[in-house]
Amino acid sequence: MDLSAINPVLLIASLMVAATPLLLAAIGELVVEKAGVLNLGVEGMMIVGAIAGFATAVESGSPLLGFVAAAFAGAALSILFAILTQFAQANQVASGLSLTLFGLGLSALMGQTYVGIKPPRMGDIHLPVLSDLPVVGPILFGHDIILYFGIALTAAVWWVLKYSRLGLVLRAVGENHDAAHALGYKVLKIRLLAIMFGGACAGLGGAYISLIRVPQWTEGMTAGIGWIALALVVFASWKPWRALLGAYLFGGVTVVQLNLQAAGVAIPVEYLAMSPYLITILVLVILSADKSSAPASLGRNFHASR
Amino acid sequence: MTVPLLSLQGLTKAYPGVVANDSVSFDIGEGEVHALLGENGAGKSTLVKMIYGLVKPDSGKMLLRGQPYEPAEPRQARADGIAMVFQHFSLFDALNVAENIALGMENPPEMRDLAARIREVSETYGLPLDPFRTVGDLSAGERQRVEIIRCLLQDPKLLIMDEPTSVLTPQEVEILFKTLQKLQSEGTSILYISHKLEEIRTLCDHATILRLGKNVGECTPADTSARDMAEMMVGSSLQTPQRETREFGPVAMDISGLSVPAPSAFGTALKNVHLTVRKGEILGIGGVAGNGQDELLGVLSGETLTEADAVKLHGDPIGRLGPTARRKLGVLAAPEERLGHAAAPDMSLTENAMLTGSVREGLEKNGFLDWGATKDFAERIIKAFDVRTPGPGNAARSLSGGNLQKFVIGREVLQKPEVLVVNQPTWGVDAAAAAAIRQSLLDLAAKGAAVICISQDLDELMEISDSFAALNEGRLSAPREAAGLTVDEIGLMMGGAHGMEVAHV
Repeated sequence: MDLSAINPVLLIASLMVAATPLLLAAIGELVVEKAGVLNLGVEGMMIVGAIAGFATAVESGSPLLGFVAAAFAGAALSILFAILTQFAQANQVASGLSLTLFGLGLSALMGQTYVGIKPPRMGDIHLPVLSDLPVVGPILFGHDIILYFGIALTAAVWWVLKYSRLGLVLRAVGENHDAAHALGYKVLKIRLLAIMFGGACAGLGGAYISLIRVPQWTEGMTAGIGWIALALVVFASWKPWRALLGAYLFGGVTVVQLNLQAAGVAIPVEYLAMSPYLITILVLVILSADKSSAPASLGRNFHASR
Repeated sequence: MTVPLLSLQGLTKAYPGVVANDSVSFDIGEGEVHALLGENGAGKSTLVKMIYGLVKPDSGKMLLRGQPYEPAEPRQARADGIAMVFQHFSLFDALNVAENIALGMENPPEMRDLAARIREVSETYGLPLDPFRTVGDLSAGERQRVEIIRCLLQDPKLLIMDEPTSVLTPQEVEILFKTLQKLQSEGTSILYISHKLEEIRTLCDHATILRLGKNVGECTPADTSARDMAEMMVGSSLQTPQRETREFGPVAMDISGLSVPAPSAFGTALKNVHLTVRKGEILGIGGVAGNGQDELLGVLSGETLTEADAVKLHGDPIGRLGPTARRKLGVLAAPEERLGHAAAPDMSLTENAMLTGSVREGLEKNGFLDWGATKDFAERIIKAFDVRTPGPGNAARSLSGGNLQKFVIGREVLQKPEVLVVNQPTWGVDAAAAAAIRQSLLDLAAKGAAVICISQDLDELMEISDSFAALNEGRLSAPREAAGLTVDEIGLMMGGAHGMEVAHV
């Protein structure tokens, strides 16, 4: 066993990469839940985004185009969910679960011809001087652009929810849809947009796995990240920065346990593999001990006549 | 003649199965407080929803200052100077006062400026409010202030208030009236909906009365007696409950030396309560809300278990028996909170009938439910108590408050209880329905049942009870014979001996 082979700078740089898919999916779902909708289909939208992004990147040669396609694919799948729950008044839990199962199957079908192919690589940004700094350079200034987008998105969502009129209306709809309707806000329209935003974010997160983190296509490669994202939103008490913290914690433990596996630590691999899930949930449960406030209308369908 | 502020001409709105409004016309003048009266389900709420743009009329038109007025949505109504305070508050518990108010405005200013304006307006109208408090922590009266201030910040020309006083304490009602009078003196018109006829007589200049969706008359409330207005609402002469002199039987229920700690931080502890009620007797229990009414009902119904000997039925201890066991013995209860306590909101009336009726009506056999018999039972309740609903398959939530109250009381009365405990049996119910409910309690007592009626409506208690006691901070005063009690004596009983301010009756 040789722990000295683990380089802390590379470790931190790679934990940020490992955390990004989770962060993107969680921020999207956070917005959806703030609008009062519980979409359990995150995993399905992620994997469809993963294959859609992968296929587009391979066919077009542009990873960036791949990410755009992934966002559209995720949003398109989420519209299916929106039609079922917002217009046909179907149960949100059942619809979300079936969306996940549908996404897993659909992605396997779409990905049949893409197994074993390498996608075009997305370049990391390179800033003169800054990126060459020791320690700080690789950690802060040596990543791909989507990773920075994820952090910027967290900041933007936080700002919008807290300070903007749009965020206030979104929270109001999630808090009490009957009252929002009585004040003249379009509950279904706002929820539809939130669901699509969540779908696009989940799609991006999925494509980040297949295009940057892994990068290749295998069936079921999201491996439960979508479910962790759902748990993350709840345990982060619907707060964007806490979701970021949780995602980085998850990424960190994932990377550490991979390094430990590589270093040949005498702990069964299964324990190491489950550790990121366990530790993330544990820490977030402790963090959410303050009175965490779920949006009051979460998971309840809205119909104007009731 | 001056042009009225708002003129309604032949407004009609039909829903499947009911015509909610049938060509309703009336005018609201500038600076006028106009009352809209009617029974539960007379179409008052639908009418104001049309004015506020939440519902589109099928036919008819509205004129605002002589100009055609067709609001497609509330936003437009607000832009035209029409504001509304809802019957069920349309507030967001998790947001603070300023955020709630911003949501009801078209172009809210910056939060800091808005907070300053909220402070300013709330001080001006005598409704102090802290803009940064979370609405979920406010009392009912304070929540209503939030709604009113939300309206006032828009500079409304017409303020619609849908039963604003049903959740307020008498002191809060007084403050509200002062605010409304100040608004009126500034030229704002107010459309005021209420059941409380005495309120309307003190506050309103003019009243329009709706019955079954039609405008059946207008009057000047100050010159019309409450009884006449009630009769116009009902369309026939009002039945005052008839009481016959009855012989009381032996003691049916007996509580002695009962003390129960407060169930929650917001509850009231019961302290050394003594109470007896005889067969054929109606015991009225008065008192200001929050003095132990809910807790007393819990002890009587079996939701709160006590020492076995503390509660006795015909001399047998039942303090350790739960609600179902007590139902079997004939002790039934109808709690105050209709949605969520007395009835399950999303279940149908048939299912709700099953929930309390299964034991005494034999609706359950060997663990199997007899839905046919339950439906018959629900239909019997609907028929006997004139519950207005398309049928027993409708969800409890879909009924108006008064109609659901009739169902909830009727469900217990028809099970032929030996002891019936009711809390606020006519809360939010119109005059005619309230009279019917009171009559049914009197009839029940005449057949030999013991009735315990907990209520905050003293007129109601004086009308039906044989003996009267008052709850004050969890203590029950010694019961007195109700006949001949004066208002002063009742006030003293409610105030207890703790030097509290005597309740204004």
